[in-house]
Amino acid sequence: MRDTQRSDLGAAVFVLVLGLVAAWQAAVIPTTPLYAQVGPKAIPYLIAAGLIALGIGLVAAALRGGWSHDLEDMQGAPRTNWRALSLLLAGLLANIALIVPFGFTVAATVQFTLVAAAFGSTAHARNVVIAFIVSLGAYALFVKALGVNIGAGVIEALVFGDPG
Amino acid sequence: METLSGLAMGFGHALTLTNLGWALLGCFLGTAIGVLPGIGPALTIALLLPITFSVPATGAFILFCGVFYGAMYGGSTTSILLNTPGESGSIITSLEGAKMAKNGRAGPALATAAIGSFVAGTVGTIGIAFLGPVVVELALKLGPAEYFCLMVLCFVTVSAVLGGSALRGLTSLFFGLLLGLVGIDLQTGQPRLTFGIPELLDGVNVVLVAVALFAVGETLYLAWRYVEGKQEVLPVGSIMMSKTDWKRSFWPWVRGAGIGFPFGVMPAGGTEMPTMLSYYMERKLTKPEHQKEFGTTGAIEGVAGPEAANNAAAAGILVPMLTLGLPTSATAAIMLSAFQSYGIQPGPLLFTSQAELVWTLIASLFIANVMLVVLNLPLVGLWARILTIPQPQLYAGILVFATIGTYGISNSVVDLFLLYGIGIIAMFMRRFDFPVAPVVIGMILGPMAEQALRQAMTISQGDWSVFVTRPISLAILLVAVAALVGPRLYGAWVRRMAA
Repeated sequence: MRDTQRSDLGAAVFVLVLGLVAAWQAAVIPTTPLYAQVGPKAIPYLIAAGLIALGIGLVAAALRGGWSHDLEDMQGAPRTNWRALSLLLAGLLANIALIVPFGFTVAATVQFTLVAAAFGSTAHARNVVIAFIVSLGAYALFVKALGVNIGAGVIEALVFGDPG
Repeated sequence: METLSGLAMGFGHALTLTNLGWALLGCFLGTAIGVLPGIGPALTIALLLPITFSVPATGAFILFCGVFYGAMYGGSTTSILLNTPGESGSIITSLEGAKMAKNGRAGPALATAAIGSFVAGTVGTIGIAFLGPVVVELALKLGPAEYFCLMVLCFVTVSAVLGGSALRGLTSLFFGLLLGLVGIDLQTGQPRLTFGIPELLDGVNVVLVAVALFAVGETLYLAWRYVEGKQEVLPVGSIMMSKTDWKRSFWPWVRGAGIGFPFGVMPAGGTEMPTMLSYYMERKLTKPEHQKEFGTTGAIEGVAGPEAANNAAAAGILVPMLTLGLPTSATAAIMLSAFQSYGIQPGPLLFTSQAELVWTLIASLFIANVMLVVLNLPLVGLWARILTIPQPQLYAGILVFATIGTYGISNSVVDLFLLYGIGIIAMFMRRFDFPVAPVVIGMILGPMAEQALRQAMTISQGDWSVFVTRPISLAILLVAVAALVGPRLYGAWVRRMAA
């Protein structure tokens, strides 16, 4: 079995599992006492069944040789860049961890710096400065211009005053 | 003439200072994001959706349409100067455009793309104005059963007909349909697919999914395969087109617009097919002495035709969106959800109940087109400079905006987990060649289809045969079946004949 075929099989099984999870979730929808020609469970079951059928189809396609090796993107595709991928994921996780205790600007600044490093930038100090300006600018744009409520963190409270 | 009086009213509203301002802002923003590789109009409009809470509907839609048209103009700049198409519709443009740029003719290539976009955008917008009321007239005769069948047809064409594989396209669609189910069932009040998480009772937000698919997934995929290195931006030079350039561009513009618009109107959507058709057509039709420029030094016809086809198809997509409430591209789907956020039901009644909004919108499309050609020709140097933003900072910035757009929905970390989770799925979708647009379309159109189905079943008192006994719905279903199995049968037939 080729490498690409094995990963195709993985993707196919994922779809199949998604369909099974959907079927399970459709089954636990409480039956309604309300009268309806088509109840709340019918369509979820239909979609779950569709996903399971498609999953089986994809598994069959993968067992017959898979499809990835024909893809244009895969021809001469560079190796997995683990360094870039893990730095990027670290940036996303840092954001999730920091956004509640410290607010958006701090979290986004850390995320920006890590993502820029993931894509090969080495000017970390300069990136922190750019990140801070971009994040604060984005905050101002969304909160002041678009009227989105994001809540003020440490930095925002300092710059724009207390949340109001 | 409904169209002419409608347009007169539309221009009356569109030419106010505020609305002109929205159009200008939309065009500017649209061109900029069209130029930037990696982000497109769907993502931008999704991030701008909060504006629907504070700005009247007319202003917001003028802005969105400016972004939509602007992104088409900007996309060509990237494919010509960077040889990386910004969006699927400009893949063909980069074939000849980048070759022209390498031979020092980037300027005329950009100019013919911009003017061609203008010609096609204008033709396409005239098409919307005259075809729209006709389609509405027909659509008003349709009941819920026919509507449901029409949505099924739309599902089939956007997922199974276009793209590499029907199996993978349909899987994307069903993933979208599944996401659309999450939340409280509107008819019975039952929670569905919420896994007992209270944050999911309101459903999965469209903005979140769009941002996850188009920003997070894309960036993750780029990192996965990232190889360091600087991209070369080719110099623009003079944008003046010579007399021969004009002569060689004119008919390709017209033909491209003619091919593109019908393709956009059809529920198949997509801009790849008309641009490709236009390209092969121009290569066939051009004079023999110019034919050798194709694929070597770059032929101007190969930029003019496809670029016009691309824009006309984009305009055509607005016809089913405005008249039937059927989105056939991810961007149209997100605009549809903007209508919903104003409590406006898109569909045939839009032209009567929201006549002012619809005609102002169409008038603004004309205005946006003029603005864009004026904005693009002299400012092309500025747009080219946007391309020099280094990749690390560009992608880092995109993720900052992605995060704030999502976190702003409800200030919930659950949303961020969902954003990054769906983003990781989107990364694998890119890797395994599952198209992402059907996810967005399924997610937005799915709940509408379910509602139409249930209405139809209530009217027919539970009789499922209603879909095949009514002539129109049967006809639509047959077309859908033909679209699904037709290409396969044809392929099998061709193989048999060859054997």
